[in-house]
Amino acid sequence: FQDQAEQFFRSGHTNNWAVLVCTSRFWFNYRHVANTLSVYRSVKRLGIPDSHIVLMLADDMACNPRNPKPATVFSHKNMELNVYGDDVEVDYRSYEVTVENFLRVLTGRIPPSTPRSKRLLSDDRSNILIYMTGHGGNGFLKFQDSEEITNVELADAFEQMWQKRRYNELLFIIDTCQGASMYERFYSPNIMALASSQVGEDSLSHQPDLAIGVHLMDRYTFYVLEFLEEIHPASQTNMNDLFQVCPKSLCVSTPGHRTDLFQRDPQKVLITDFFGSVRKVEITTETLSLDRDVAGVESK
Amino acid sequence: QVQLVVPMAVVFGPGSVPEDLPRPLPFRDVQEMEISVNLRTSVTSRYEMRYRSTTGQEEAALAAATAREADAALYPLQDTTLGSLTMYVVPETSSLLPQGINVYVGKHRSALVRAVGSLAALQARLREVTQLMSFTASAIAAALSDRVPNGQLGPDARRNLKSSLGYEITFSLLNPDPKSHTVDWDIEGAVNRYVKPVLDKLSLVANFSVDSQILYYAVLGVTPRYDKESSSFLLSAHSLPHVINPVEARLGSSAASLYPVLNFLLYVPERSHSPLYIQDKDGAPVSTNAFHSPRWGGIMVYNVEAPASPQASFPLHVDVDMARVMEVFLAQLRLLFGLSREEVPPEFLLEGPGNEGLADWELDHLLWAHTVENIATVSTTLTSLAQLLDKIGNIVIKDDVASEVYRAVASVQRAVTKLSLGHLHAAFQASKEAVTSSERAFFDPSLLHLLYFPDDQKFAIYIPLFLPMAVPILLSLAKIARETRQRKKEPTKMD
Repeated sequence: FQDQAEQFFRSGHTNNWAVLVCTSRFWFNYRHVANTLSVYRSVKRLGIPDSHIVLMLADDMACNPRNPKPATVFSHKNMELNVYGDDVEVDYRSYEVTVENFLRVLTGRIPPSTPRSKRLLSDDRSNILIYMTGHGGNGFLKFQDSEEITNVELADAFEQMWQKRRYNELLFIIDTCQGASMYERFYSPNIMALASSQVGEDSLSHQPDLAIGVHLMDRYTFYVLEFLEEIHPASQTNMNDLFQVCPKSLCVSTPGHRTDLFQRDPQKVLITDFFGSVRKVEITTETLSLDRDVAGVESK
Repeated sequence: QVQLVVPMAVVFGPGSVPEDLPRPLPFRDVQEMEISVNLRTSVTSRYEMRYRSTTGQEEAALAAATAREADAALYPLQDTTLGSLTMYVVPETSSLLPQGINVYVGKHRSALVRAVGSLAALQARLREVTQLMSFTASAIAAALSDRVPNGQLGPDARRNLKSSLGYEITFSLLNPDPKSHTVDWDIEGAVNRYVKPVLDKLSLVANFSVDSQILYYAVLGVTPRYDKESSSFLLSAHSLPHVINPVEARLGSSAASLYPVLNFLLYVPERSHSPLYIQDKDGAPVSTNAFHSPRWGGIMVYNVEAPASPQASFPLHVDVDMARVMEVFLAQLRLLFGLSREEVPPEFLLEGPGNEGLADWELDHLLWAHTVENIATVSTTLTSLAQLLDKIGNIVIKDDVASEVYRAVASVQRAVTKLSLGHLHAAFQASKEAVTSSERAFFDPSLLHLLYFPDDQKFAIYIPLFLPMAVPILLSLAKIARETRQRKKEPTKMD
């Protein structure tokens, strides 16, 4: 009884959110959209509903005129997995994916006319997964080939989120060249970060597909997707296993991670704490006794 | 910093006055207690007690047969402002309270307490009662949960719904098997008869909006096990967390409002999985056949009786017993707000709230917790806004943001003052205004730090433009200065 109760309440979160961002446009950056959609697919499969996912894709690959297989985005050259699916909901598309919009989503300083689906309505009991991919460098990430977000701005945005308690715990994953530089400047508590490569290293792409003509996915996210396909909502796999994904032999770059700001031991953090949506439930043992012979209140 | 004042009246019925009173009745007394949340934050609670003896009318009311009748008779004679309490002390041997019961808590803001020998013992008992009826130290600590050092609060503390200006309640009927069951539920009638009175009582706390929907072919995420002994299907307690997810994607929510949504789902199992029972941790079926999830809502499984004759035509028509369903849903609504009656000591007898859904003192409970939470939220928000403005020196504050900040500060000061005077209603209203203003100021779209460049970025942009231009300009200025100085010197020489 006691450990089940402990199990239920161990992480202290009551809901899950995911913010998935692909920052590059143009057909040859197909792999970045495929990366983001693979994470989107895993997160939906493990239970997070669309209303709790903010998906930002900077370009449309599935319906791109250069796509020989329209309405699909594949992750593997054997075309086994169409990560586009048939119920994808993109919240910020094309030119709406800007640094300003991204920061507005994170900090909540959004114009009042924005619809609910474009907002991050998290509270102090939300675990948020933030996944970013694209082209990056030492200390910055390129958006749309025209602007950048620096690691300082990102760290400040997370601090603004912490000040307003917009998250309980945050998992930040980035798949770009020199990705580890993006998490160097974080200083807010309860953040865990993973990156596909260290400073000075490039993240490489996985195999190209000769029919489609581009590289389909990046190595790090490819192996992360393979890892996530084994996870189901009740699995007990923890974060230490995720840190082992894609060793240097497979990835060529050295993935890095940062856990010093995180309060719990990564061994005890379940993958589903961030990628899935396992709710805490309690059996209802009380009832309210109602007097049935009561006339209704007139509806106005 | 924050003082919570509870005005209380302790009324001694005939024969219940303890011998060791320090002064003759009536007199006043104050009891203060400090609730320390962390090193810098603490809340003091102050019970201002007026001890007096009963008036003639109150004596007549206390002579009633049962505690409930006495409570009803005493209600019009009491001070019923929000936040105040009245305790009536009855003699030790009084038969008004049943055997073994020492305290009877009514539906409003009063309680009947059995006298104990000395004043100190009576005060200890009164303290227990008042803490139950107003606020406990743990309730206040839970309201300030983000200031408590991690690990000190129990897991239960962070479960209740956060204080918000409004809530959306959605009732959904899930019918996964429309070929077998045609389910009819009179949700509109049920909402008018059972839900509206409760929401009217809670309207002081927040605005509520109610909507309902019916979902067909919505299946639970877990396949129930068949149990041969009871020839029924069982859902075990540890599979319940996975039930909600596939359904949640289909529930939807109102696009316009940003308030938290509370979902109440009524699930009518398929004929092939009927009857379906929920098992608790010990394997026993749950009497309500329902479970809830903190800050989300509740699910109840409604079993349909198998048809009497095997030749019954499908689909069966099912008329849902809305009263039974609402008894569970409204109980879940209370639990989501944190109003539970589980931890009451055995010698206390609590009067049921009836169709109103919650007793007056439970409403006070919510108001105390929400007022404290609001005040804490406002101070955190304004402090972090000030820190942001310090960090980015050249941010432009629009006039309306500034006026919202001033209004928030004035409102929160008013809330704290009203709390120290014991006016709970006014304090709560002020705290709500403070939260609205501070959130509007903090989340104003113009305060995005990206829009205000740090100094090093300004240097980085302008130096490459101006430095190359500046070099020839400075050199020529230097040349002009040198020539002017030479010309000034020459006339003196050329004499």
